[in-house]
Amino acid sequence: MLQHKHLLGLEGYPSEDIQTIIDTAFGFRKVLERPIKKVPSLQGKTVVNLFFEMSTRTRISFELAQKRMSADTVAFSATSSSLNKGESFKDTVQNIEAMKIDAVILRHPASGAPRHLTKFVDAVVINAGDGTHEHPTQAILDMMSLQEQFNNLEGLKVGIIGDISHSRVALSNIFGLTTMGADVMICGPSTLIPPHIEKLGVKVSYDMDEVIDWADAVNILRIQLERMGTGLYPSIREYRELFGLSVERIKRHSKDLVVMHPGPMNRGTEIDSAVADSDRAIILDQVLNGVASRMAILYLLLGGKTEEN
Amino acid sequence: MRSKKQPRELLLKGGTVVDPFRKEKYVGDVFIKNGKIQKVGDVNYKSSMTQVDCSGLIVTHGFCDIHVHFREPGREDKESLATGSQAALAGGFTRVCVMPNTNPPLDTPESIRFIVEKAETLPIHIHPIGSITKGQKGKEICEMVAMRNEGAVAFSDDGIPVSDGEIMRLALEYAGMIGVPIINHAEDCCIRKNGVMNEGEISTRMGLTGNPDIAESTMVNRDLELAQLAGSVLHVPHVSTAKAMNHIRRMKKENKHLSAEVTPHHLYFNDEALVEYDTNLKVAPPIRTEHDRRALIKALKDDVIDCIATDHAPHTIEEKERTFDLAPFGMIGLESCFGVVYQTLVKESGMTLGELIPKLTVNPRVVMGFQPDLFKPGIQAEISVIDTEKEWVFKKSSIQSRSGNSPFLGKKLTGKIQFILSKGIITEIT
Ligand SMILES: [Zn+2]
Repeated sequence: MLQHKHLLGLEGYPSEDIQTIIDTAFGFRKVLERPIKKVPSLQGKTVVNLFFEMSTRTRISFELAQKRMSADTVAFSATSSSLNKGESFKDTVQNIEAMKIDAVILRHPASGAPRHLTKFVDAVVINAGDGTHEHPTQAILDMMSLQEQFNNLEGLKVGIIGDISHSRVALSNIFGLTTMGADVMICGPSTLIPPHIEKLGVKVSYDMDEVIDWADAVNILRIQLERMGTGLYPSIREYRELFGLSVERIKRHSKDLVVMHPGPMNRGTEIDSAVADSDRAIILDQVLNGVASRMAILYLLLGGKTEEN
Repeated sequence: MRSKKQPRELLLKGGTVVDPFRKEKYVGDVFIKNGKIQKVGDVNYKSSMTQVDCSGLIVTHGFCDIHVHFREPGREDKESLATGSQAALAGGFTRVCVMPNTNPPLDTPESIRFIVEKAETLPIHIHPIGSITKGQKGKEICEMVAMRNEGAVAFSDDGIPVSDGEIMRLALEYAGMIGVPIINHAEDCCIRKNGVMNEGEISTRMGLTGNPDIAESTMVNRDLELAQLAGSVLHVPHVSTAKAMNHIRRMKKENKHLSAEVTPHHLYFNDEALVEYDTNLKVAPPIRTEHDRRALIKALKDDVIDCIATDHAPHTIEEKERTFDLAPFGMIGLESCFGVVYQTLVKESGMTLGELIPKLTVNPRVVMGFQPDLFKPGIQAEISVIDTEKEWVFKKSSIQSRSGNSPFLGKKLTGKIQFILSKGIITEIT
């Protein structure tokens, strides 16, 4: 059904497959709106949620997707002590694979870890975020949410604002959106823009007002407050002033702007509460679409059956 | 690989002799008696001689690698002086210089003597490089004169850059008294930060922290200026960037006591090879861009780079199976070296064999002050016999090194060592 066995990232991922996932996800979205939100599509399939890094939202979203599809699930969360011993990674995953599983959902602090994993296991590998590399399921749910708003991604203007350098959400969105024919402009402090990013086919701006003027939708990234003091940006006050989606900034632009955020939000820093809770924000739609997208991905990669047959 | 004692009279018959010292190439014979060169040229066969037919093969000096890590003492599970020697032989090397970043590091006259004594019975010549600073901590220079007297041929904290410019200056000045080269792993640690590959479009796509080219070039430039100030001998190891190369090119016009090396892997790969996150390609300095790779090849042709050195760096499979961020830097290089450089430089880049061979023989020996004329009668034979046309695949099963961390595994290479003569032993490479 999809051309690749695994979902490791959206770089080079076929546009028709992205569209298939999104279309399938809209189907599952209807299931989620029913009183009984469960289908037997993945009955008998075993999925392991292998999280080597703290995650609440993504993990819950995946778990819920698996339960709604009637898959058997096992959760494994590595403690930080075993995580530091990188060599245990192979042993850990081979142990789990020996228990006959069908898919691994991997969250790992190292870029490239999901690809690394495919060398050691036969199961389908789905990347739930690797280091500062990719977070493809997040980008798919973001694109699904945009498609819900605009019907079409082709020619859509999307701004991505924040710490681009350390954001796997940004990179997957850039790969996915450009593949789907959208225009992308990234924006953030110059110290948090990765080198040569323009070679990925995106525009770069350091002026958030320019981005808002230009964009149909903006994706506001979480700013890692712990990066304060590392010299990457001087203060939260200045960050908010330059790159925060504040009420005042929104007021300066009289236009319909769709606002997204992958969560969790630093309210008052990268986004004001009044903006996050306004009608223009589709942040809660993103959460629901996240479950639907992950159901679609599991379904398509694990060859699940539809309800009808 | 089969090794045996050389016959008393050995005649290498009818090979193409490449003499990198006299810069000559001709069909001829090499006659070795009691392990020593007797005559190179036309030699009449006598029944007392054991004759080896070398027609169609290249007969030249044994290679010399001035940058290897044999991990002894401390990490003999990765490599030892003995296993490293076998890897060297398989690659055509009769002489190597071992880096001192062992455990403990080679930072005393006693530790230098340990290597020299241990190497005596091994089939290749092994010369220790001493640490620049005590404990390789970059704070206090070592007893360089005593270490030189025990056999240290150069000084380096390789693996760890000498960050403090004042210490680097003192080291150059002090080593300058005895004319021994200082070799600094030139990377500015602040600029390099925790970079694991070259900083560029590829690192951005892969979500890996980049190490920019100027981390190397600024440090190389500092070292060049300090060496000139001190009037001392500087050897720049594993140059990886076009920018550093430009500094060396410029400074070589003013300073005669300057030399540089490049590794086979920096000549062969560019950073696009990393997209599969193969940790065997994680090296320091990192594999750079195609632009840099081409600049390195050009600099080698122009003699801005004097030698090829492998930076043979064995690591266990367990360490290299870690994720990319945690895997150690380095790859083994001795056994694949000739096949890689012959293919890259001669087959693909228009360099002649006569231009390539000195980079592996005479030039590194001159840098380290070793005898560069190995065809001089009376010299103990160090000879490589090479089939330059042989295509072969580098396989794990043939590796002599105790480690197997090489991105060349499974790659088809051109040019292979057939025989090697070293320290009275003849080894057939299979
Ligand atoms: Zn080094």
